[in-house]
Amino acid sequence: MSNTTQLLRFITAGSVDDGKSTLIGRLLHDSKSIFEDQLSAISRTSEKRGMAAVDLSLLTDGLQAEREQGITIDVAYRYFATPKRKFIIGDTPGHEQYTRNMVTAASTANLVVILIDARKGVLVQTRRHTYLASLVGIPHIVLAVNKMDMVDYSEARFNEICTEYLAFAAQLGLHNVTCLPLSALVGDMLVDRGDNLNWYQGATLMELLENVEIDHDVNTTDFRYPVQWVCRPQTEEYHDFRGFMGRIEAGEVSVGDEITVLPSGRTSKVKEIVTYDGNLQTAYAPQSIAITLTDEIDISRGDMFVKADYLPTVAKEFEAMLCWLSETPLDKNRKYLVKHTTRTAKCLFSSIDYRVDVNTLEQHANPTVNMNDIAHVVMKVQQPLAFDHYKRNRATGSFIVIDEATNNTVAAGMIV
Amino acid sequence: MTAHTFTHLDALESESIHIMREVAAECKNPALLFSGGKDSIVMLRLAEKAFRPAKFPFPLVHIDTEHNFPEVIATRDKLAADLGERLIVRSLEDSIKRGTIIIKDPDKPRNPYQSVTLLETIAEFGFDACMGGARRDEEKARAKERIFSFRDEFGQWDPKNQRPELWDIYNTRVHAGENIRVFPISNWTEMDIWQYISREKLYIPEIYYAHEREVIRRGNSVIPVSHLVQPKPGEKVEVLSVRFRTVGDMTCTAPVESTAHNAQEIIDETSTTRITERGATRMDDQTSDASMELRKKEGYF
Repeated sequence: MSNTTQLLRFITAGSVDDGKSTLIGRLLHDSKSIFEDQLSAISRTSEKRGMAAVDLSLLTDGLQAEREQGITIDVAYRYFATPKRKFIIGDTPGHEQYTRNMVTAASTANLVVILIDARKGVLVQTRRHTYLASLVGIPHIVLAVNKMDMVDYSEARFNEICTEYLAFAAQLGLHNVTCLPLSALVGDMLVDRGDNLNWYQGATLMELLENVEIDHDVNTTDFRYPVQWVCRPQTEEYHDFRGFMGRIEAGEVSVGDEITVLPSGRTSKVKEIVTYDGNLQTAYAPQSIAITLTDEIDISRGDMFVKADYLPTVAKEFEAMLCWLSETPLDKNRKYLVKHTTRTAKCLFSSIDYRVDVNTLEQHANPTVNMNDIAHVVMKVQQPLAFDHYKRNRATGSFIVIDEATNNTVAAGMIV
Repeated sequence: MTAHTFTHLDALESESIHIMREVAAECKNPALLFSGGKDSIVMLRLAEKAFRPAKFPFPLVHIDTEHNFPEVIATRDKLAADLGERLIVRSLEDSIKRGTIIIKDPDKPRNPYQSVTLLETIAEFGFDACMGGARRDEEKARAKERIFSFRDEFGQWDPKNQRPELWDIYNTRVHAGENIRVFPISNWTEMDIWQYISREKLYIPEIYYAHEREVIRRGNSVIPVSHLVQPKPGEKVEVLSVRFRTVGDMTCTAPVESTAHNAQEIIDETSTTRITERGATRMDDQTSDASMELRKKEGYF
């Protein structure tokens, strides 16, 4: 791995039976990211459980309860690297809290691998995974038709599944899907091509992960800069220094650019872009920087710098798709807190329009919103927020809802 | 810099800076745990990148087991002084004097007791957030931990009841008496750390590089001879070229045989090693499959 390696975050979606853990285990194993002491630990456990071969899925079971009960509780993160890229896998379990866990892991992912058992084809859960991937706006989708060894590596079967899946994906407006046949158990088309799928001309899974274009996964056009922290050293050398620190969430900014501060609407010019490694002429998302301005205007955390060419909406009311994460259902009579970029404000739900059945995609006019439910809501916020539609900008279209009584994060929201 | 030259180290660095600034902005009284080890030295550089030209908006805190390597303690003091930042040191000895730690065997590792002094220090200063240099790739219990890891009044971690963490919107809210541990380098691996040390030319304690050292072999491990570890009857003292992959309690941190004299040579060795960082060097993690998880539940960092 060199110093010019890119970072890619991905998740896998599929149930235990689809061979998800085996796939992750094999990616780690075949890319030589499993260490001898880890391998000997899982060999011992496999033996203890009376298994014939080493169970690579054990690599992803982190907690004592999971190892004892053979289940996966929560999202776990795995790391591996090849000479081209460093990878972060968000590994989610496939049982009842699935929606909550998948939405959590998907929120930071560039790519999702949706696993299908070639014998079973497109199932209800495949549709659910795909819907959630589209809801959370994962930029790249790979449909991995696994267990090709169980259907005699049939090209016709593979094509049949792909046709059905792509039709469904198109209904959701997804056009960024790559289909791939593989066998995680045998190792065909993961890291090595193997000898069994010679009719398939496309890339292996590893080649896809290494080469998929991710530079445009963040919005590169609309400058968005939420102010995180105001730096005032108050030393002799930096007596008048006021640096507005933050991370560029979208677009780019250069010295001399005219910027608008939201929600106040005041304007100024970029005087300097300051970093520890020296001042910059231009900075890009997702760099963390400090900006100084040519004018002294009142700016604090929670404000957002933008450029006039494409302005976000500034409003106290918006519509959103909500994924409820808490065991306590949404209470329409209560006020909650919303955290959106660097701004936190009181909020309430002025209407709950419908709930989406993640299995059938049907809409239900059901006023109760329980854990794992996806709902369309209208929200009112005490202070104006500067936001974009989630589809245009993940960073400025997303928010979390916090219950002030417990301080728990109770919902994830996407502005529509 | 263009979007095309934004490397994995740039991405990790920017994420860590973003996290540190969120802590500074949203927590009332944060601290940065700093031991003088390589991960916390990386944390220090990230804090410089996050807050310079101003001072850090938090003190550095070290919980000293007094079983640390002298080279590491010297580095700790030197770096804190060079940066002109405030360093608070609290020692396990203070807790022992107070009677809140009772040591059964003075030769045994002291890591399990660190939690006690850490919690006492948190209470003494009223810290509501402690940033630490733990990484998810270090240990399987850590792979499940959030970047903002919530702790109750007893400092306990409840792995089954963690707050979901979405996008990079962090929930930093706690009630009085509770606190959070924040891990800005959660997503870094051992390899990333070495690449960053090399790229940033960070000064780290010499014992991370290959050197000749008197050691004894116990089981599968090579243990450094020190005033705390002396050969038992029948044990032979050897001189080997070794380096430390982690630097913790002297009685339970084993070096690995190595000839790597600089960060680049360590990167080369790390890319071919077949043993995990803690697997090779931490005897305290090998007591049981869940040693780290149990320590963390008790308030360990």
